[in-house]
Amino acid sequence: MQAFTVRVQQERFDSGAEIDRLSHNPACGAVVSFSGLVRDYGDRQDVAALQLEHYPGMTEKALHTIIEQARQRWQLQAATIIHRVGHLPLGEAIVLVVTASSHRKDAFAAAEFLMDFLKTEAPFWKKEILRDGSAHWVEAKASDQHAIGRWQ
Amino acid sequence: MKLKLCYFARLKDSFGSGSEQLETDAASVAELLLELRQRGGSWASELGQGKAFRVARNQELVQGDAELADGDEIAIFPPVTGG
Repeated sequence: MQAFTVRVQQERFDSGAEIDRLSHNPACGAVVSFSGLVRDYGDRQDVAALQLEHYPGMTEKALHTIIEQARQRWQLQAATIIHRVGHLPLGEAIVLVVTASSHRKDAFAAAEFLMDFLKTEAPFWKKEILRDGSAHWVEAKASDQHAIGRWQ
Repeated sequence: MKLKLCYFARLKDSFGSGSEQLETDAASVAELLLELRQRGGSWASELGQGKAFRVARNQELVQGDAELADGDEIAIFPPVTGG
């Protein structure tokens, strides 16, 4: 089994199966997961769907680099990052991060770190599609930049 | 020398293209940006002063002083918004 994996895909993923996949290592006492979902408001109200674009090649590299950085800070046995691209309707999962460690503190911290850096360093872009059919690119948030400050 | 340029998200829409091959003498990312701004229109406005965008050379983020070499892939894109 590949312990550290990164996937960028259009298809839905099965969060339960992904968590289960990292839950069979006898050295792991803790598995933490985070799911990011399409919600009905963002930069504007009445969001019906997101269109996700990425930079193939660089995205996978950036995600592997972020995992490497997490492994230098915490003791991790395994980690998975799955990020979807394409058309994602309201309520569907966008991203999944799973971390497995001997201890919960490392698993929690690493999962949060992976998400914080994914949001500021991995080349994905969201376009919000509203219920009236109009669409616009989401603006980067200063709060996401601040979120990575606490890890430095 | 020849560069492959890639544009993403809002910049791809503004420029009306996702990629192009460019023959240029620009020695650095800053010189390349200057050359692109001189095209005017959306190039001048999107890559102008005070605009937020990022540049990657061969799929790694770089600053304006990064040097260019023949065959480099240079991507220009807005700040990222995934997750």
